[in-house]
Amino acid sequence: MPARTKKATPAQRGRTKKAAAKSTSRRSKPAENLLLVATRKGAWIFRGDSGRKGWRADGPHFLGQIVNHLVLDPRDGRTMIAATSTGHLGPTMHRSSDFGRSWQEAKQPPAFAKVPEGQTGRSVKHTFWLAPGHASEPAVWYAGTSPQGLFRSEDGGNHWQPFGAINDDPQYRKWMGQEQDGTPDGPKLHSITIDPRDAKHMYLGMSGGGAHESRDGGRSWTPLAKGLEVVEGFNAADMTFHDPHCIRICPSNPDRLYQQNHCGIYRIDRPSDEWVRIGKNMPARVGDIGFNMVVHPRDDKVVWVFPMDGQTVWPRTSPEGKPCVYQTTNGGKTWKRRDSGLPENQAWWTVKRQAMTADGHDPIGLYFGTTSGDIWMSRDEGAKWTNIARHLPEIYAVEAAVRA
Amino acid sequence: MKVLIPTPLRSYTGAREVEAGGGSVAEVLSELDRRYPGFRFRMVDEQNRVRPHIRVFVNGEQIFDLRRPLGPSDSIHIVQALSGG
Repeated sequence: MPARTKKATPAQRGRTKKAAAKSTSRRSKPAENLLLVATRKGAWIFRGDSGRKGWRADGPHFLGQIVNHLVLDPRDGRTMIAATSTGHLGPTMHRSSDFGRSWQEAKQPPAFAKVPEGQTGRSVKHTFWLAPGHASEPAVWYAGTSPQGLFRSEDGGNHWQPFGAINDDPQYRKWMGQEQDGTPDGPKLHSITIDPRDAKHMYLGMSGGGAHESRDGGRSWTPLAKGLEVVEGFNAADMTFHDPHCIRICPSNPDRLYQQNHCGIYRIDRPSDEWVRIGKNMPARVGDIGFNMVVHPRDDKVVWVFPMDGQTVWPRTSPEGKPCVYQTTNGGKTWKRRDSGLPENQAWWTVKRQAMTADGHDPIGLYFGTTSGDIWMSRDEGAKWTNIARHLPEIYAVEAAVRA
Repeated sequence: MKVLIPTPLRSYTGAREVEAGGGSVAEVLSELDRRYPGFRFRMVDEQNRVRPHIRVFVNGEQIFDLRRPLGPSDSIHIVQALSGG
């Protein structure tokens, strides 16, 4: 028979609640979901509750500065790096180890090697892409820049060194092309990808210049272009004309990579060196042009893309003004439109290559930031979309993370 | 000598005007970079070129060569170009 208990007085209830809350707090602080948003005019950290329903904006950080990428190191869960520049000043980086409460500037930001007097050397205009290194190299980070260059830090992003094997190689310099051979605000080295099984096995993308692979930690590189198409009238055998927009490796199967290219959506299954155009299976009216590629962290058959109008003069808007995400659950054999909750028409924004991402929850949360400054999310792998922020500056990058 | 600092670089110096010494513009910038780490790279690139939207004036005259010699009574104005209106 259970013991009879007296009802607690209001004061006692208050103490009990407080004591219980304190006890819970000591036991385990609920994880905080973070969304790191880099924009043309600053950065924001959105802090979400454990259900990913309520989001609080923390920012702007670096108001007025161009922030191309903001990344939290998943290896230590603390180091955050922002690639920053301004309209007048040269590029730099800022680091935080307290989730953006304070920032320290990198002592030696990415910079190309100085050329001898009388020669014309390159200078970094901005760092575009940040990638934490392999789990076995906890302080290593990689950066891709515009003009195109690859850089490495071995001290958590404080000092950066150039990779001469790609930055100064005459063949690679030819493939990278000049200012007019890339993206409107400058050619970009991006999609720096480390094989989770091998720190020395790397991939990267150059816009333009193609997809490349290294098996020796970046000392030498090999093009990976078989099967990829180029714009009509150009020679696919010349890497100059290749334009990968975003390459992602599948965490659940690192032998499988997906690529959103200027000329379609592709998949490759290593050790094959041939990409297969899986975008041919997209509806012809939507096409398979876009900038981003999101892979499911636990299922190598599932990816999401955000199609873009790449016809005629390249409007770079959602096709027909109807934004939509497309998902495949079978490696690209079939695609399903996932636009429930998104504007039905007259929405002419798009999503840049770093501005769409997934978290690691079950079900997966998807997030994208638009060129018009809105953030949309789905808590159910794309079945339904909800707006969580409006009126930010043009969004360049969105990364999901968890603060333990 | 006096060096006038433009607003984008005042997060380094904390002041609109600082005193610095040196026999050339390059030496003055090196001294400022020692005192305010990171300052120089934001206005001069890795090839020793003044960045496209920064201008340097000595005694009111724009200079393009950082080796320009300086005397003790010279003044330097670093300005942000009126790029874009």
